[in-house]
Amino acid sequence: MTAAPLLSIRDLSVDFVTPRGRVQAVREASLDVASGECLAVVGESGSGKSQLFLACLGLLAARGATRGSARFQGQELLGASAAALNAVRGTRIAMVFQDPMNALTPHLSIGRQLGEVLLDRGLASPQEAHERSLAALQGVGLADAESRLQQYPHELSGGQRQRVAVAMALMTRPELLIADEPTTALDVTVQAQVLQVLRRARRDGLAMVLITHDLGVVAGIADRVAIMYAGRIVEIAPVRELFAAPAHPYAAALLEAVPRLSEASVGRLRSIEGQPPTPGEIVQGCAFAPRCPDVAAICRREAPALRPAATRAVACHVPRIRPDRES
Amino acid sequence: MSDPLLQVKGLGVRFPVRRRRFGAPPQWLTALDDVHLEIEAGRSLGVVGESGCGKSTLARAILALVEPHAGEIRWRGAAVRRSDPAGLRRMRRELQVVFQDPFGSLDPRMSIGESVAEALDALEGLTESAAVRSRVAAVLEEVGLDPSLARRYPHELSGGQCQRAAIARATVVRPRLLICDEAVSALDVSVQAQIVNLLSALSVRHGMALMFISHNLAVVRHLCDEVLVLYLGHVVERGPRESVFSAPRHPYTRALLAAVPEPDPASAPAAEPIVVLPGRSGAAPPARGCVFQARCPRVDALCASQSPSLAEAGPAHVTACHHWQTLEAWPAGSR
Repeated sequence: MTAAPLLSIRDLSVDFVTPRGRVQAVREASLDVASGECLAVVGESGSGKSQLFLACLGLLAARGATRGSARFQGQELLGASAAALNAVRGTRIAMVFQDPMNALTPHLSIGRQLGEVLLDRGLASPQEAHERSLAALQGVGLADAESRLQQYPHELSGGQRQRVAVAMALMTRPELLIADEPTTALDVTVQAQVLQVLRRARRDGLAMVLITHDLGVVAGIADRVAIMYAGRIVEIAPVRELFAAPAHPYAAALLEAVPRLSEASVGRLRSIEGQPPTPGEIVQGCAFAPRCPDVAAICRREAPALRPAATRAVACHVPRIRPDRES
Repeated sequence: MSDPLLQVKGLGVRFPVRRRRFGAPPQWLTALDDVHLEIEAGRSLGVVGESGCGKSTLARAILALVEPHAGEIRWRGAAVRRSDPAGLRRMRRELQVVFQDPFGSLDPRMSIGESVAEALDALEGLTESAAVRSRVAAVLEEVGLDPSLARRYPHELSGGQCQRAAIARATVVRPRLLICDEAVSALDVSVQAQIVNLLSALSVRHGMALMFISHNLAVVRHLCDEVLVLYLGHVVERGPRESVFSAPRHPYTRALLAAVPEPDPASAPAAEPIVVLPGRSGAAPPARGCVFQARCPRVDALCASQSPSLAEAGPAHVTACHHWQTLEAWPAGSR
């Protein structure tokens, strides 16, 4: 990584003011996304993985407040004006969400919606917009692209809709795609189709942030992985290194908890006992300490900072140097 | 050999769909067609397939929540009929269900303890308060919940705790069979592992059979003795776990297995890694021939004209494919 990162997040925190007090959804998260790379952000519900990137794009709910910094190609996004954000959102940074039905307008044809992406921004003439819409649908592998342009969202299946949502996100040829659980609602066979589309887009040089809880999806597409727990990034590592030897005990436990199709696993799955802290719960020390098999006295006093180490970064007082898991 | 716990014979379920005009005969959507299965006491059966394949309809038919138009369901040798409320009540004491969304299956206005006690009252007629309390406390402890949570309400619990409560409510009457309809699908990975372990432990401890409906093939491989693969309401393959997962004999089962991304970057080929099954599981099966013909890589004229029947492909392993004997070696490619 010689060039400056495409997206650089530093000490980003997100707070929500709720009737029950302040909830820290994201705490001092720092990460970089390089041009053309795919960073997977993995965590369980409530770990803050979605809020982190919504905050970068100024899309938090009204009660949310952000601190820290998020620079896209050097330009600060946090606190930027709506006009400045709108010049970036949907144009240079595109998004895909879990439910494609929410991304598509039900009463407009697919062709109209795809075309609008370019026409509203003055990026193309109506004729060009039509041609690029057609090309975008073909690019995501939808058969009969010409007739799909005339159809409405309800006439498509979930997988087809998600592919249209991806096509729409790619219309402006963005530099970064943020995909938040893009395949979670889909059947495995359809998920495979959508992942293939994303992989192709990556080969064309698109950088991607893939927010997911599915470690199988991560293994097949990501270059690096950031693992989040209770609002903090606990480990960032190249994908092969992480899967071969996770350094953070939570990352290790998460990998062990996934049943594998290729192994005739019988007996108990390794599970992580206990629950993650509830949002708003005040945690003294490391948030994972109550569930951690490697917990030491210091873990209950002090929250560990995310410390870079060679190709990875780990936030743990007692990281696993040599994990017991076979690689 | 006594009767199996559950026998499903030639089960067919269909739903009326929109009429073209008023007074026209209804059109039917076939949700299940000629489904056969058996579950022996203490065994576990995994039911897999894409959305719309009829997995949940199968559970609903077994629970007598939908009326089949063909075939029959026998519970411990006796036919189950929706017209026999006393028989249904007897069966429901022994046959319980856990659904995907635990918040949807617990009454938000009842405490966890009340929800569990309600099952005891309804199915065993047990209302004497000391006995109820001790049974509730015992079952909560068994599913890994602190008995003090009996006073809490569903909104005060996490998703995993709620699912444990739903399992407590279902198992407090000691059912012989627990149907789990996507019971771990909405849970986070670490909690999912806890619940899978819990179901497995309950099944072993009480000899409780499981029918585990899931789209998660890895969990099914982990938990179930036998697997049944449904496609558009038809059983396309059924067999012992090891046999189906290590030597699948139907192109659909193979496509499903190949589509599961393995959490191992070393095994994931970089370029064009997965067999991508074209199309989707549509709503209407073809009028003639094999149900899978539209998406099958091995389709030929025979498949278009004639529906394959279930053929014996191994010990207790059946497949509905004309070409099962000539499918290429498995695992295909790098898998």
